[in-house]
Amino acid sequence: MKQTKEEYSRLCKELSPPSPSGRTVPAAFLVGGALCALGQLLRQWLESMGLPDKAVATWVSCALILLGVALTALRLFEKLAKRAGAGTLVPITGFANAIASPALEFKTEGFILGTCVKMFTIAGPVLACGVGASVLYGLIYWLVTR
Amino acid sequence: MRRTGDTVFFDTPPGVRACAAAVGRKEGDGPLGKCFDVVCPDNRFGAKTWEQAESAMVEKASLRALEKAGLAPAAVQASLGGDLLNQCIATSFAARTLGAPFLGLYGACSTMAEGLLLGAALCAGGFASPVLCTAASHFCSAERQYRYPLEYGGQRTPSAQWTATACGAVVLTAGSAPVRITAATAGRVYDPGITDAANMGGAMAQSAYETLKTFFRDSGTTPEDYDLLVTGDLARIGHGLVTRLFADDGVTLGGNYHDCGMMLYSDKQDAHAGASGCGCSAAVLCGHILPAMERGRYRRVLFCGTGALMSPVSANQGESIPGICHLVRLERGADGEAGT
Repeated sequence: MKQTKEEYSRLCKELSPPSPSGRTVPAAFLVGGALCALGQLLRQWLESMGLPDKAVATWVSCALILLGVALTALRLFEKLAKRAGAGTLVPITGFANAIASPALEFKTEGFILGTCVKMFTIAGPVLACGVGASVLYGLIYWLVTR
Repeated sequence: MRRTGDTVFFDTPPGVRACAAAVGRKEGDGPLGKCFDVVCPDNRFGAKTWEQAESAMVEKASLRALEKAGLAPAAVQASLGGDLLNQCIATSFAARTLGAPFLGLYGACSTMAEGLLLGAALCAGGFASPVLCTAASHFCSAERQYRYPLEYGGQRTPSAQWTATACGAVVLTAGSAPVRITAATAGRVYDPGITDAANMGGAMAQSAYETLKTFFRDSGTTPEDYDLLVTGDLARIGHGLVTRLFADDGVTLGGNYHDCGMMLYSDKQDAHAGASGCGCSAAVLCGHILPAMERGRYRRVLFCGTGALMSPVSANQGESIPGICHLVRLERGADGEAGT
């Protein structure tokens, strides 16, 4: 029987199992929440040490980035992320993994053509859009507060 | 040799002289693990990079098949093979070592069937014999080319498939052998409009259905005439789709219809919908199907290699995924018995 593309696509969808959201969403919530709680604990500890606000924010971000990179290098990040999904992707740990993983993977093509060139293949769009958005925000802010 | 529709029937069917399969660890741990000639515990095959590892795997499978056939690489008159890497480097770099006349193929995951079809034609036409046919894929080299770095933390959808680290090598000969290629159908390209690169089985199922339908029409046979009908790497979703498309035609594909993508890994191996890659169907053919035919478990087999003809570029440009399926009929029997 000749199927139209719509009929075929419907049949294909019908036979494709959905993502097990009942398991993945709570896992993402718990792991993402745990990472944020870790960041918060770190923040309070650093504040109690008397560090100024701006420095605290930088130190917390750097610590979580270091954690993400270390877990990536130890091949533990991918194991955790497989279960946690957005729980590890959305916090800054995911950003660290997105840069560290191609840097490691493509080192076989050399330091410049491999690691340096490929490092931003995943995170590049986030950086480009992030910087672009902040320029736009700055412009609007300048126009409004002028 | 005669041709009906898209199918070629070989009057003097080329024989399978020997075959061998080399696989990685996950495949070695799977249900067919004991069938493979070489299992590499670290997937590296003694090489530094994943691309070199894939090439070394092709070399190992080829040399093992030639050894079983009692042939030196120099005796091979034509070597046909391919893989998934850009410019087919895994296979052509292995051919550099083997030194046999080499014809590189790209049929995505249908490469093993494409190689057998062309190899059989070369043998039957008197152009070359023996002919070496290979197809390979490596999970680690495919991931970095098509998807993400191995260390990247991502989640796969349940429809995604796992690229097999595997290579199959078949030595074909114009002479007599217990298992012979009696007919072959070169597939046409079909595009059912699927754009989801994580649902390859769904994208390829239509081409498998069309090629099988064409073959049944050309040969005047039915699915019941075969002990085994096997598609390359449609996995669960594609297998279900082919069964359903035939059912809509009033044709029941029974317990003799299998898919290599569902045979390579167990449910516990976290391969989602199943296996994929050129090496999947090649290794299942060389490790399991052909030896089982030689032992007499199967007499008539339809081996259908399925391929998704897309690239990361076409996917990024929003193109849908065209599929292809090549079919070869393998038969065990005495001379003159083959050919319908």
